[in-house]
Amino acid sequence: MPLRETAPKLTPEQYEESFADITPRMNARQAAIEAARCLYCFDAACTIACPTRIDVPGFIKRIMTGNTRGAARVILEANILGQTCGRVCPTEALCEGACVMVEKGEEAIEIGRLQRYAVDHVLDRNIRLFHAGSPNGRRVACIGSGPASLSCAAALARKGYAVTIFDRAELPGGLSTYGIAAYKTRVSDSLREVEMVKSLGVVFKQKVEIGRDISFAQLEKEFDAIFIGVGLGETWAMDIEGEELEGVCGAMEFIERTKVLPFPQVSIGKRIACIGAGNTAIDVVTAARRLGAETVYLVYRRSEKEMSAFPYEHELAKNDEVIFLWQTQPVRILGDSGAVTGLECIRTVLGPPDARGRRSPEPIPDSLFTIDVDMVVRAVGQKPVTDFLRAVQGIELRKNGTVVADAHHQTGNKKYFAGGDCVNGGSEVVDAVAEGMAAARGIDAWLEETSGAARREN
Amino acid sequence: MADLRVKFCGIESPNPFWLASGPPTNTAGQVMRAFDAGWGGAVWKTIGERITNTSSRYGGIDYNGAKLMGFNNIELISDRPPEDNFREIAEVKKRYPENLVIASLMVESKRETWHEFVRRAEDAGADALELNFGCPHGMSERGMGSSVGQVPEYTEMITGWAKEAAKTPVIVKLTPNVTEVTRVALAAEKGGADAVSLINTVNSLMGVDLETFSGRPNVGGKSAHGGYCGPAIKPIALHMVSSVAKAVKIPIAGIGGVGYWTDAAEHIALGASVVQVCTAAMHYGFRIVEDMIDGLSGYMDDHGFRSTEDFRGRAVPNIKDWGDLDLNYKIVADIRQDLCIGCQLCYVACEDGAHQCIEPYTVAGNGKKNPNGMGVHVPRIIEDECVGCNLCALVCPVDQCISMKQIDEGKPFESWKMRAARQ
Ligand SMILES: Cc1cc2nc3c(=O)[nH]c(=O)nc-3n(C[C@H](O)[C@H](O)[C@H](O)COP(=O)(O)OP(=O)(O)OC[C@H]3O[C@@H](n4cnc5c(N)ncnc54)[C@H](O)[C@@H]3O)c2cc1C
Ligand SMILES: Cc1cc2nc3c(=O)[nH]c(=O)nc-3n(C[C@H](O)[C@H](O)[C@H](O)COP(=O)(O)O)c2cc1C
Ligand code: SF4
Ligand code: SF4
Ligand code: SF4
Repeated sequence: MPLRETAPKLTPEQYEESFADITPRMNARQAAIEAARCLYCFDAACTIACPTRIDVPGFIKRIMTGNTRGAARVILEANILGQTCGRVCPTEALCEGACVMVEKGEEAIEIGRLQRYAVDHVLDRNIRLFHAGSPNGRRVACIGSGPASLSCAAALARKGYAVTIFDRAELPGGLSTYGIAAYKTRVSDSLREVEMVKSLGVVFKQKVEIGRDISFAQLEKEFDAIFIGVGLGETWAMDIEGEELEGVCGAMEFIERTKVLPFPQVSIGKRIACIGAGNTAIDVVTAARRLGAETVYLVYRRSEKEMSAFPYEHELAKNDEVIFLWQTQPVRILGDSGAVTGLECIRTVLGPPDARGRRSPEPIPDSLFTIDVDMVVRAVGQKPVTDFLRAVQGIELRKNGTVVADAHHQTGNKKYFAGGDCVNGGSEVVDAVAEGMAAARGIDAWLEETSGAARREN
Repeated sequence: MADLRVKFCGIESPNPFWLASGPPTNTAGQVMRAFDAGWGGAVWKTIGERITNTSSRYGGIDYNGAKLMGFNNIELISDRPPEDNFREIAEVKKRYPENLVIASLMVESKRETWHEFVRRAEDAGADALELNFGCPHGMSERGMGSSVGQVPEYTEMITGWAKEAAKTPVIVKLTPNVTEVTRVALAAEKGGADAVSLINTVNSLMGVDLETFSGRPNVGGKSAHGGYCGPAIKPIALHMVSSVAKAVKIPIAGIGGVGYWTDAAEHIALGASVVQVCTAAMHYGFRIVEDMIDGLSGYMDDHGFRSTEDFRGRAVPNIKDWGDLDLNYKIVADIRQDLCIGCQLCYVACEDGAHQCIEPYTVAGNGKKNPNGMGVHVPRIIEDECVGCNLCALVCPVDQCISMKQIDEGKPFESWKMRAARQ
């Protein structure tokens, strides 16, 4: 897109340096020392805090004794995306936040990095830990190839199901491939994990959109059960003047470019404003700084206290010298000859807390001001992509577009199960994995039950 | 400040810290540097007919990332000619008249040879002699070292030979590789020994390389048993020192696992007059003595002990036979909820390894939350069931979190011996 002014290009080494792993790999000695610090808790708090219930002390003990392959098996048994999770999980809010060492007044065990160390060990060496179960004659389709579907598919394939994954995107992996910051995980890391799922016999059909390219009737005829793991979609629009200008884009589209294009080809303004203050907004501003943008603003209607990004994500942005404009509401985007030139904003004051305890921002009269920018990125949440499911009888959608599913992840139409962002409204990879696993158990139990019933009827 | 000077069978040492016979006391240069660092005495690396050592010759056991929790060697006595050692002893004594140099000797079991080496050591100016009856490997296969120290009669006989020629005190160094160390200590005393030192190293094999199936230490793919020492053997040494302290009247040099001043103080409390150190000096160098001196005198000041004699042997009367312990003494475990971090190690230890008297946690917990707002799972002791074994207190990773509190059941002292006598 033609921008008014673009950021200066960096050297290839500078790009690699700025997008280098923020939690680098451990070597064997580092891993052994860190593993030795673990107390080997019983009924461990870290495991309880993990949505996929990885036996953390179990795998750390194995690393300590040099049984790294066994460690990887413990992890992947509970969470097939153990590698991605080791890199991208908000561990401070999950396992590491629960680690009793914190309570003891010491640093939490670096569970995420140890996990990654163990799984990398087997992926680097192409060690095959799991195999497809002997075929049980049942077929399951997964819509979407993100973490939820990958986890569901792997669990079912190990039980002997024939699983086919359909995804409308070019590459498999969902947001693991397209969405997560490049300094946490790269496209190739995600695809390496997809290969592991493929090795279980799972068939991937990319660039196939269910509801358009394949009908539900067709799916239902061919498969015994269908898992819906379609995640969320594009970024919401803001409905302000100037949104059509060159240089305005959604966070998802911007981040996707940083993932699939070589860094120098990602077009990036010299001055950028990102609107929103969630984890995605942090990913946008940090990526922008790392791509060479000189001035990066994070514009948020409420105050620092209300921001939804995790504290350490906030910290990342601070370290990248992002300018935070709190209590600032965008009013319109200014342009010249079709390109962005500025963002007009108004100051806000926070009203009393509403029913959910959130304080709503009120514009302060006469406080308009303009920031000089070449690019505006919207990071105000993702739209649902579940509208197409209205064609399926029995599936119920909430007002926000999320799919209603029970504790076994079964929807109102018993043949359909669902999990991940499209059910929980947008959470973390590890939640999608946990839900995919739970759905796999639900599918297996339901098919066992119905086929048993069928047998009894005969 | 406390006076650390010690009298040991007639000779005076500036402090109770001596280097044990071993690699740190191989040469005059080392011993003089050690004296500069503060060591009171040094037992010279054992002198005898020249031998050849192997390479490698050491093995270590690391534990949870800490190096050399245990150490082992298959080294023999000094591989230098006796005349070089004697000449250097003379040199050291000339320059460091205040510090003690003790000549450690091990020669073939012939009366004349022992007489000859005793004379040569004393001519060189050694302050005392230590007879090495303890080396568990190599020399024992040649009828020396522990093959003498394991037979009370030989120990008594050879001690007698040394005494026939000696004008300086004779210390007999004992091996722990016996069933009853006091028998050998008594034999040494009977043979005329002026003191005993213990322990020498413990028979051991350090491990197996699981790829090559050779043992450790590895000498061209083969290995041999050797002597174990370092922190791991301190409990063995303390037991033997205390039992010898009860059995003999002559003074004791305590050896085994001394690395800190606290280790030394424990040896002394169990009856040792001086301590000897080998592994810790090999691991960290001579400078470790600085803290030993400092720490011990600070401790003595705090307790009003003017000399080590003020507390030497004080713990000995408290070391009893099992049959003399009070069977009615009762303690139970007590968890301090404010300190507990919720690791549940006490629970699993008691459940699987003791007496099933800890409840994992009341689901409501104690209301304690970690910084992330998650509940801390504090276990609960079922006091009525607790047998007071104290396993839980030992596994708890938090200092002071589990303590054992005494329960007064109003029962009188009763030992097993008393009970048996009544029946
Ligand atoms: C910018 C960003 C950064 C993030 N960073 C982190 C992080 O650091 N750590 C973390 O744990 N989580 C992070 N997340 C969240 C995480 O990526 C998601 O929670 C997770 O990917 C959800 O998995 P899913 O399988 O439910 O959906 P998705 O990963 O979204 O996958 C859904 C897939 O379904 C496909 N699809 C949709 N509709 C159809 C259809 N009709 N037919 C066929 N295919 C279809 C899509 O193409 C997509 O591939 C981030 C999210 C974003 C947006
Ligand atoms: C490498 C090595 C060589 C030793 N050589 C001798 C020796 O020549 N003569 C001797 O009496 N003891 C020798 N010992 C035993 C030590 O003097 C000492 O008794 C034993 O190591 C226990 O003390 P520590 O725990 O402080 O090491 C040696 C010990 C080591 C580690
Ligand atoms: S809570 Fe911490 S110390 Fe305990 S098992 Fe988990 S990682 Fe180890
Ligand atoms: S002292 Fe022993 S029996 Fe009592 S609670 Fe602790 S482990 Fe259990
Ligand atoms: S071992 Fe100590 S810290 Fe751990 S749960 Fe028990 S009392 Fe608490």
